[in-house]
Amino acid sequence: MNSSEKTMAAGGVPSIGRMDTSALLDKAGMLLVFLALFAGCSIFVENFLSWRNMAGLSLAISMAGMVSCSMLLCIASGNFDLSVGSVIAASGCMAAVVINMTGSVVVGILAGLGLGVVVGLINGFVFAKLGINAFITTLATMQMARGFGYIIAGGKAVGITNSDFFVIGTTYFLGLPTPVWLTLVTFVIFGFLINYTEFGRNILAIGGNEEAARLAGVPVVRTKIWIFVIHGLMSAVAGVVLASRMTSGQPMTAIGFEMTAISACVLGGVSLAGGIGKISYVIAGVLILGTVENSMNLLNINPFYQYLVRGCILLAAVIFDRYKRISAA
Amino acid sequence: MTLDTRIESSSPYLEFVRISKSFPGVLALDDVSFSVKSGSVRALVGENGAGKSTLLKVLSGVYRPSGGCLRINGVEQAFANTSTSLAAGVSVIYQELVTVPKLSVAENLFLGHLPCKHGVVDYPHLYEAARAALASLADDVDPRVPLGRLSIGQQQMIEIAKALTRGARVLAFDEPTSSLSAREIEKLFTVIRRLRDEGHTILYVSHRMEEIFQICDSVTVFKDGRHIETFDTMEGLTQDILINRMVGRDIKNVYNYSTRKYGDVSLEVRDITGPGIRKPISIKLRCGEILGLFGLVGAGRTELLRLIYGATRRTGGEIFLQGQPAKVETPRDAIDKGIVYCSENRKAEGIIPLGSVQENINISARRRYGHRFGVINETWERRNAKEQVRALDVRTPSLEQKMCNLSGGNQQKVILARWLSDQMNVILFDEPTRGIDVGARSEIYALIRSLAERGVAILMVSSDLPEVLGVSDRVAVMRDGTLSGIVERESATEQKLLSMALPV
Repeated sequence: MNSSEKTMAAGGVPSIGRMDTSALLDKAGMLLVFLALFAGCSIFVENFLSWRNMAGLSLAISMAGMVSCSMLLCIASGNFDLSVGSVIAASGCMAAVVINMTGSVVVGILAGLGLGVVVGLINGFVFAKLGINAFITTLATMQMARGFGYIIAGGKAVGITNSDFFVIGTTYFLGLPTPVWLTLVTFVIFGFLINYTEFGRNILAIGGNEEAARLAGVPVVRTKIWIFVIHGLMSAVAGVVLASRMTSGQPMTAIGFEMTAISACVLGGVSLAGGIGKISYVIAGVLILGTVENSMNLLNINPFYQYLVRGCILLAAVIFDRYKRISAA
Repeated sequence: MTLDTRIESSSPYLEFVRISKSFPGVLALDDVSFSVKSGSVRALVGENGAGKSTLLKVLSGVYRPSGGCLRINGVEQAFANTSTSLAAGVSVIYQELVTVPKLSVAENLFLGHLPCKHGVVDYPHLYEAARAALASLADDVDPRVPLGRLSIGQQQMIEIAKALTRGARVLAFDEPTSSLSAREIEKLFTVIRRLRDEGHTILYVSHRMEEIFQICDSVTVFKDGRHIETFDTMEGLTQDILINRMVGRDIKNVYNYSTRKYGDVSLEVRDITGPGIRKPISIKLRCGEILGLFGLVGAGRTELLRLIYGATRRTGGEIFLQGQPAKVETPRDAIDKGIVYCSENRKAEGIIPLGSVQENINISARRRYGHRFGVINETWERRNAKEQVRALDVRTPSLEQKMCNLSGGNQQKVILARWLSDQMNVILFDEPTRGIDVGARSEIYALIRSLAERGVAILMVSSDLPEVLGVSDRVAVMRDGTLSGIVERESATEQKLLSMALPV
């Protein structure tokens, strides 16, 4: 008797009117915000629209773009991963050290990516299999990966001697920097993954209602482990590309990058509660965040204020997320 | 607390006047009127879902009634929330006690209004007040120990003390003895009698008949959200009379039962044990057979289904399908072998609320049909969803509609569509019509029948006696984590099933 009435009471009638506004916001909201922002910056910020700045802007957001894609999988499944920034740094150092050691670019890249996969496996195993909270798990591996990066790099930047490696980060293709192309490819792959594969649908189902997904036969633990492995791998890809751009492995780079990736997702409209996620959200989020930072640089705004602005944007995004959830629930 | 304690014992102290409470699709309380005098203990009885708990929640201000009103000592009350009902001297002590186990007994007692001096808790004063409050209820309890260390019986006494310190004049108990030992029950009854003699008004909800005859002065019977009868005295009453009043109803024939031919044994469960099951249970289920599983809430029926489905890990026993031992360790195994499960709790365990109708239908079966190398076959997905929606007559504006916007009955159909898309031989159905209105109910029954006719073996948990009797070929009854028996359709009556289900 008790539970039946609880169920009934909880199953309130959704408000139709609010659904419509939220559906509209859902479809076009953040891309419209981006377009407005872009137009505003084009008019009011000097040099913003120049080809040079556009190429620079795209290069600046390429790394956030890559990592946010896999962060999308984490958040859509109702979790997140804090180890991103550390993995970026550690995998860059790993690649640099191994390239210098073996002279082989391929082996170096594989070593860097392998490090990302290992961290992802640890995250996934501890979180999904042992059932430890993702926040604590990835907070721990975040420290571990950062420490590991410093150790293998010997505490300072490792200059890379083999210049073949710099092709990834410093060349241009059809007028756009190579990393930008890599990011575009990532968008396509992850868009496909989340929309058109069983894996992607399972992620959204887990984020939407984990127990229901499990009872419907979704392999919850395996899917979660894959999410973290893929995320580790993508962070490592970003780390290797960054090392190539900087022509060195730097253990102190990308501090706080997890916040950038999470902010971009949430800002674009990926629900922190899980169950909702589209690649267009991530693209919108990354573009908005990148445009704001780029304009602040062009306007010569003091970096201290930039932190303030970024924080405000994140806060606005989560409040917006909450509003969306209330109107959708 | 400024309460008038001069109560005239002739006029009723607590009155329910034409109380109704509706939830979407369900009328949980329908025009309920009755009254209770002060200085008496009133039993509220009825089957699961008869409306007793809803009534207590209206009384405690958790729910606002859709119609009617409450009067306490002749004054009309409109409780907006639990604190207003507390202020009016009403306290409900639930089956699941609401406590903060890590805090001390004293802190729990005065939670929300701890005695303070300049914002700092005045502990000496607090402990003194707590000792006074516990006097003659739980003298042996040190108010400084964490509440979690006490036995359930002691915790219940603390709850009663808490109610009394807040000036409660009306105390309602919801299944208070369900987890108490015999000695603790005796203690509780002594306390209840004392409270009664002191002029408190007491409501007592229980399934245990002997207790009601032991402790109560009068009984009110509920059925299907309606007040059936109030017996002002226990004289001349028997358990049989009460049970008859609890179940007696005009049975409308929505079930359309017809005899079917059964095939071979489809599912056999042998000596299964696990959480919630106190003695190993064995059940055989033939193809095309509907086996009802009746029992009170908490008898272990849902637990049994979940053990068979692999949703909970079983500690012993085997499962056979078509006579062959089957490895069913996880829900995925079960689905692969054709066993599917529809949870009673659709919202928490069935639907993906933000997913579309199409997504909710295809989530399981796509593994078998709907993909190539992990890539979704969009054509199959659309076609299957369309076919299922048409076949089951799911009322939805589109396949893209979010699941949470569908009514309970339509959500249930979508869950069924999910399993009908797949190959299945056994369906474990937990409360198939819970929270579903009458119209959709008969459609669900028709679906269950047609599944059985196609040779699917069905194990259906239900707390609704007419439903169990109307749909099942045989009825298994569970009581307190054990299987108390299996009854053939011909010899099953409401009285028989209920007496097998009630605790001894």
